[in-house]
Amino acid sequence: MSDTFADSRTMIGRSLRLTSRNAEALTMSLMLPIMLMLVFVYLFGGAINTGTTYVTYVTPGIILLCAGFGASMTAVSVSKDMTGGIIDRFRSRDISGAAILAGHVAASVARNLASTVLVFGVAFLIGFRPAAGLVDWLAALGILLAFILAISWLSAAAGLLAKTPEGANGFTFVVMFVPYASSAFVPVDTMPSWIRGFAENQPITPVIESIRGLLLDTPVGSTPWVALAWCGGILVVSIVASAALFKRRTS
Amino acid sequence: MTSEWAIEATGLEKSYGAVKVLGGVDLRVAKGSVFSLLGPNGAGKTTTVRILATLMRADVGAARVAGFDVVGERREVRRRISLTGQYAAVDEEQTGDENLRMMGRLSRLSGPQARGRARELLERFDLADAGKRRVSTYSGGMRRRLDLAAGLVDRPSVIFLDEPTTGLDPRSRQAMWQVITELVGDGVTVFLTTQYLEEADKLADRIAVIDGGTVVAEGTPAELKKRVADHRVDLVLADTQAFDIVAGILGNRVILRDPARLTLGAATDGSAAHVRALLDEVDPAHRAIRSFGLHSATLDDVFLALTGHTASTEKETAHV
Repeated sequence: MSDTFADSRTMIGRSLRLTSRNAEALTMSLMLPIMLMLVFVYLFGGAINTGTTYVTYVTPGIILLCAGFGASMTAVSVSKDMTGGIIDRFRSRDISGAAILAGHVAASVARNLASTVLVFGVAFLIGFRPAAGLVDWLAALGILLAFILAISWLSAAAGLLAKTPEGANGFTFVVMFVPYASSAFVPVDTMPSWIRGFAENQPITPVIESIRGLLLDTPVGSTPWVALAWCGGILVVSIVASAALFKRRTS
Repeated sequence: MTSEWAIEATGLEKSYGAVKVLGGVDLRVAKGSVFSLLGPNGAGKTTTVRILATLMRADVGAARVAGFDVVGERREVRRRISLTGQYAAVDEEQTGDENLRMMGRLSRLSGPQARGRARELLERFDLADAGKRRVSTYSGGMRRRLDLAAGLVDRPSVIFLDEPTTGLDPRSRQAMWQVITELVGDGVTVFLTTQYLEEADKLADRIAVIDGGTVVAEGTPAELKKRVADHRVDLVLADTQAFDIVAGILGNRVILRDPARLTLGAATDGSAAHVRALLDEVDPAHRAIRSFGLHSATLDDVFLALTGHTASTEKETAHV
């Protein structure tokens, strides 16, 4: 067990180095939020009526979209490891799957927290003015962290399932589009009824609603708990699935 | 339990679905020796290595490596071996130094120990100058050397090299041979697979020839060469017509066929009597053969004689 812990530290260091040197992924996870923010606020925002300043409405949505997308890139890095020769080297050194995947997930969390800070920065520059107190901020960040963690582990499982890194890349697109069918960019009640059912009951909506409610200091009721339950559920299922998939992949 | 064998395998069998890849492989490798598993693509070399290196289980059969069972005592085995595969198992986006330090940490060395070991290995494998550069800037030969170094971080006693020089240019191959030869000086056991006869001949103390999932011959390079005949006589024919006629007479005794140079090779013991008799038999009119030369048999000849095909012409790949 202490070996797994020490190995995890080494693997986290490795994944952080690899992430920071993957220019393509890094540019993508830093540029995408800024581009999306500007596109939504200045190009679409004028036509969307949400009852508040649109930048205030959409910032949590952009943050969630980017964090989700960034986390889903874990699938690609896990798949690269599994299809390259390095996995044999790790296995022949008796490194546990848990340590290898923990490295990827930790790097993903670090990368996405960085891009979150960036989105907030840009949002403040263009007029985002949340009304949250310190506790609300911490609660919002906590939910965001849980979401990033859940999506990162889910992506790790997807990376283990994919036969090639290219296939794993397909998963990132699914994750990228799911937030559009939520209350991230437009209120759900403006959608046709058949999609509203999905939008209201998919995990992204409670996550986004709690973050938005907490930051804007509007009543959130039990939504944060629903969001955390979703994240916790995804997390548990993904970790169990990853363990099984890793075992199958390497036996 | 101590044994004089670094590797002992008995009756290894492995199938992928309906395809039988190994059909009962027996191997014994003495401690401190270089053993080569020689065979064409798809012969079962990589499968054998993966079973011995605990990465795969045989369907039938058992193996002990460094004195431990590869299934029941997998952890003990893993602590004593290293595997360098056909694909460089290093991170492209880390530097050579970072890769080696990472392997050091994963082998339970302390930070300073890992740093020292990395420096030592970089120097030994002629990578000291490249240590601070990312692996993505390395040449194929440098990458392979770093890969080998990464496997040596925690001083394994048995080293598996799966086709260590496949795809390298001749100079890098020479450099790799040099490195492998030096490894043996340290008292480790080297198990290497190759499809190059020259490589096995040059490096190995003993060779097992594997074809279609079974070992078809085993012995020292000299013993294997004797199995065919000591020598090969190469006949240079006068024209293509003579080439075809003589090839017809020799039939399956042909062990070298080179139509471009009008040359046919056949096994001989090298004695004047045998060569004279052979020449008279295939060319009674004394017109077809322009000249002949005698050569010591090469492993290529051995391979052809043992498997019915040459190592280099077998190109079908059963990649697993």
